[in-house]
Amino acid sequence: MRGRPSLFTRYEADGAIFPNNAQRVWFVVGLIAVAVLPIWLPRDWMILIATAFIASVGVIGLNLITGYAGQVSLGHAFFLGIGAYAGAAFGGAATDKLTGLGLDILIWLPAAGLTAGLVGAIIAPIAVRLKGLYLAFLTLGLVFLGEHIFREWDSVTGGPGIGREPAQLSLFGWRFDIDGSIGGFDVTREQQIYWLGLVVLIIMGFLAKNIVRSRIGRAFAAIRDRDIAAEVMGIGLTRYKVLAFAVSSFYAGVAGALLFTVTGFVTTASFNLLLSINYVAMVVIGGAASIAGSIMGAAFLTLLPRMIDAAGDVLPFLEVGSQGILSTSQLERVIFGVLIIAFLIFEPMGLYGIWIRIRNYWKAWPFSY
Amino acid sequence: MSDHLLQFNEVRLSFAGVTAIDGVGFHVDDGELFAIIGPNGAGKTSIFNCLNGVYHPQGGSILFDGAEIVGMKPHRIAELGIARTFQNIELFTNLTVLDNILLGRNLRMKSGVLASALYWGRAQKEETEHRRRAEEIIDFLEIEAYRKSLVGMLPYGIQKRVELGRALAMDPKLLLLDEPAAGMNLEETEDMARFILDIQEELGIAMILVEHDMGLVMDIADRVMVLDFGEKIAEGVPADVQRNPDVIKAYLGEEFELPGDEAFVAETGEEE
Ligand SMILES: Nc1ncnc2c1ncn2[C@@H]1O[C@H](COP(=O)(O)OP(=O)(O)O)[C@@H](O)[C@H]1O
Ligand SMILES: [Mg+2]
Repeated sequence: MRGRPSLFTRYEADGAIFPNNAQRVWFVVGLIAVAVLPIWLPRDWMILIATAFIASVGVIGLNLITGYAGQVSLGHAFFLGIGAYAGAAFGGAATDKLTGLGLDILIWLPAAGLTAGLVGAIIAPIAVRLKGLYLAFLTLGLVFLGEHIFREWDSVTGGPGIGREPAQLSLFGWRFDIDGSIGGFDVTREQQIYWLGLVVLIIMGFLAKNIVRSRIGRAFAAIRDRDIAAEVMGIGLTRYKVLAFAVSSFYAGVAGALLFTVTGFVTTASFNLLLSINYVAMVVIGGAASIAGSIMGAAFLTLLPRMIDAAGDVLPFLEVGSQGILSTSQLERVIFGVLIIAFLIFEPMGLYGIWIRIRNYWKAWPFSY
Repeated sequence: MSDHLLQFNEVRLSFAGVTAIDGVGFHVDDGELFAIIGPNGAGKTSIFNCLNGVYHPQGGSILFDGAEIVGMKPHRIAELGIARTFQNIELFTNLTVLDNILLGRNLRMKSGVLASALYWGRAQKEETEHRRRAEEIIDFLEIEAYRKSLVGMLPYGIQKRVELGRALAMDPKLLLLDEPAAGMNLEETEDMARFILDIQEELGIAMILVEHDMGLVMDIADRVMVLDFGEKIAEGVPADVQRNPDVIKAYLGEEFELPGDEAFVAETGEEE
């Protein structure tokens, strides 16, 4: 085995997520590095990175339906919204105007996912009759419908301009959302949220990876590549498309619920078309049909505004606010647009594709042919 | 009558005025290699599409293993045991050879989404089990070297073989082959003929072969049906069909033009 990393003696090893020990070691090393980072990070960066972790979960969900199953959805914001408000309803406090069950995160987080997943499964049978552009339009309609429902249903959402408190981050009585101490070590709210986001991402990431390397994931890809051939081979299109919708919405629901608690604030207008497009962009930039790519895309676009702000401090023509030639928020929009176009044209495999190429280069190093 | 594996009765199919199949009837028995020949546009592929449930004939009945399959969904028919290859290769282009063949096993696998997500115990065992069967097929078709290649990148002849492998992976009772040797050179055609005969002898799977290469059909088919403009004009053992004056008039006149054309297409890689 040694020296021939692609020689397998068992089929289980061939299909493994980390096919060899080197990859397993690198993953663990990387994970430890990411896990200890909050010991030194400033508080606002911790929240930002935690947001990236959670956005990754949402992007994985969109990648499952769009990248793997090939069904373009612009409706992801709708399912993120359902997750956010379902999470708040299951896990938030009740007031005289608001519904809230105040449940444990162990219940409200899966419940938020299931609620969104269920709505996805109910809508899917209509959606699966359509393909391509028509499907994109139908899912776009969901976003407008969602915005309306969120505005009107104020016993859950608090209504426009008022909003509500998110679900409480409490696990068996332990509060993540206030500073505490574990075994004599002080841990801040931000550190705990960071770790919570990381753990949820790891769990959701591995589950997704397993789905895509098994028969379900292959069936998704078959439908994407050739739907008639897939059907002739016994893959029921409706069944698998509905499944893809439901699983994707489940991921969106989990992500939406957590995002709400981490940012602490959403309005009924947060779940709009722009949010959907942001998620599509994260899939495109990260890499369609890749779980690792989903995480890269989410991390990249979540951190981008902060990096541009940082650049604004050093570049004279960049100005935070409205003076200067270009404001940082204008620059952000421009970069966003250019990136989407550039990735679509030059790197359809996204950041993940770039990463694979770098890795292959270093594998062969110093022989770069 | 219904002890035939497949009974195709007076099937009629038309598209906005064009009659593709005009009351054709035939049957296929267990383990038999039945060939359908006829000029382009005769309705051969349409017959396959009816058998698969992709097209819905306006008249007639199709009994497979005693069950009426007209009106059934394609994936249900696949579960009953009809597999096929396509005239224009329809592989899952962004997947590897192995994944394409494993997709043929999909309908024999049972793990749901939860079991798959956990990839534990039975779900993992199932993957391994079916992987073993996929490897047998890869060995059988001699495509070991391409196992992990993306099918979209492979030469045309190998893609045809992978498609055959994908259909075989379904463990079908009836295999439909739509021009499996089209666009192939002599050596590749001989390989394909060998695989088809091996499938019949070793696996005992009944087949319907649509093919333009007359030599191939006459060599390996048990019985031949000749179609012209959606109608059956002859049926019988190859030797009889070859001598049939209607057949000579309708079809054999064109025989020598077609293989030449398609060999050219294969060489320049302009297929699809
Ligand atoms: N989907 C379709 N729509 C319209 N006409 C079709 C369709 N499929 C086949 N036909 C017509 O049916 C006839 C038979 O076609 P086909 O079965 O593909 O012939 P073959 O496979 O023998 O070359 C042709 O005239 C063809 O144009
Ligand atoms: Mg044809």
